[in-house]
Amino acid sequence: MHRIYEDGGREIVLTIFRHDPNNEDSIPHFQDYPIIERPGMTLYIALTQIYTSMDHDVSFDFVCRAGICGSCAMVVNGKPRLACRTLTSEFSEGKITLLPLPTFQHIKDLSVDTGTFMNAMTKQVEGWIVNNSPQDISTIEKPVEPELSDEIFELDRCIECGICLASCATKVMRPNFVGAVGLNRVARFSLDPHDSRSDEEFYELIGDDEGIFGCMSLMGCQDHCPKHLPLQKQIAYMRNKMVKVR
Amino acid sequence: MQKNHLIELLTQKDNRKKKSKIPARLDFLQSATGAVLVLFIIFHLLFESSILLGKDAMYALTKAFELDFIFEGGEPLFIAFLAFGVFVVFILHALLAMRKFPSSYREYSAYRLHAKMIQHSDTSLWFIQITTGFMMFFLGSIHLYTMMTQPDKIGPFASADRIYSDTMWPMYLLLLVSVVLHASVGLYRLIIKWGWFEREKSKWMIKAATIFYLGIGLVSLGAYMKIGYEHRGEYGKRYTVEIKK
Repeated sequence: MHRIYEDGGREIVLTIFRHDPNNEDSIPHFQDYPIIERPGMTLYIALTQIYTSMDHDVSFDFVCRAGICGSCAMVVNGKPRLACRTLTSEFSEGKITLLPLPTFQHIKDLSVDTGTFMNAMTKQVEGWIVNNSPQDISTIEKPVEPELSDEIFELDRCIECGICLASCATKVMRPNFVGAVGLNRVARFSLDPHDSRSDEEFYELIGDDEGIFGCMSLMGCQDHCPKHLPLQKQIAYMRNKMVKVR
Repeated sequence: MQKNHLIELLTQKDNRKKKSKIPARLDFLQSATGAVLVLFIIFHLLFESSILLGKDAMYALTKAFELDFIFEGGEPLFIAFLAFGVFVVFILHALLAMRKFPSSYREYSAYRLHAKMIQHSDTSLWFIQITTGFMMFFLGSIHLYTMMTQPDKIGPFASADRIYSDTMWPMYLLLLVSVVLHASVGLYRLIIKWGWFEREKSKWMIKAATIFYLGIGLVSLGAYMKIGYEHRGEYGKRYTVEIKK
C-alpha cells in the first residue's frame, strides 16, 4: 500500500536494472527507488529526480524531453516506450520496472548504444536519395504530388528510437535482422520520385532473410512504435515488390 | 562443381554480383503452400462434419469424392491421389516453414523470455504457431498416410471404427486442435504479411472462424465416437452393405 501525501502526491517505486558491463565487478541487479509522484510527472522527470537527489550513479539517456529525439527509449513494465512520453500516473499500482532496450549494445543501467546499429543500418540499406541521372541545378526541381509527399513525410517521422527493434521477437532471436526501422527507411526512398533506384536495386539491399524476408509479421514493431507509424503496411508493400523481382 | 556456385559460396552473390532470388521464391512459396492448406482445411473440416447431418449425408459425400457419378460404386483411388497431393504441399510447407523455427537454445530462450517480458498477443501467438506446426509434422503425416494407403476405409462406419475401435481418437483430437489453431494463426499472418485486409477486422473474423471450426470439429469427432461405440460389435462392417442390400 502506497502512502498518499497531503499535497496529493503518492509514493511510487521505480525499480531500475543496474549493471555496468564494462566493470568486471558489476553484478546485474535491480534497485528500488521510492519517490513522491507529482502531477504530470513523466518517467523522464522521475529519473532526473532520482539522479539529482538520490543516486548520481544511475545512467539513462535523454535529449529533447518531447518525444522527438528517441534517446530515452527503455522497457517500462515489459513494454518498450519513451520515458519522456510516459506518465507515472499510468501505473495505478505505483510500481514501475525499468530495463534497458534489448537488442542494442548495453552501455550501463538504462543506457544503450542505438547509434552504432542505426549507422550500420543506414549504410546497409543505403538510406539516402540515390539518383545517378545528370542534375541541372539551374532548373526547378520536378514537383511531387502533395498526397505522395504526405505519404513520404509520414514515414520520415521515424525518430530511430529503436523501440521497433526492441519489440521485435525476430530481432531478439536473429541479431542481423535489419528490423522495421530499416525496412521503413527503404520503403520511404522507394516511394520518393527523387530516388531513381529500381526494385532490382532495392532487392540487393534487403532481398534476404536478414532483410524483408526475415520479418515474421509478429507486429511488435507497429504496436509499440511511439510515433504510430504504419510499419507493417510498409513491410507488406516492400515484400510485395521484392517477391516480384526477377 | 560449377564455378558460379563457388562464387556464391565465397561472395554470397552470383557472378553478376547479384543477390540470389531464392529467398524471395521461398518466402512466396511458404505463403502459397500455407494458403492452399488453409483453403483445403476449411473445406475438409466442413465435409467431415457432414456426419452431423446424418450417416446418409456423409456416405453420399464420400461417394461423391470417389466420383461415383462417373464410376459406378465410386473409386477410392481418387481419395488417395487427393491425399498424396495434399501430402506433397504439406511436406513442402513444413520444409519451408522450418526455416523460421528457433534453431538453437539461444534463439529459443531469447524468444521465450522476450515474449514473457513484452506480453504482446501477436508475439505470443507465434509460439502456438510453431508448437502446432511441430505437432503436425507427426499427426498430419499419420493421417495423410492412412488416407493414402486406406482410401477405401472412409464412410460413416469405417471412419467411426477407425476413430473408436482402432483408438485413433486421441490422435484426431490433437490433430484437430493443432490444425485449426495453426491454420487460424497462419491465415492471420498471411493477411498481415501481404497486407491483404484490415488487421483488426481480420483478427475478429478469424477468431470467430476458429471457434466455429473447433466447435464443428469436436462435435463431429464426438459423433464418430458415438457411432463407433454403437458399431463396435460389428467392427469392419460397411455402411453401404447394411443399407443398400
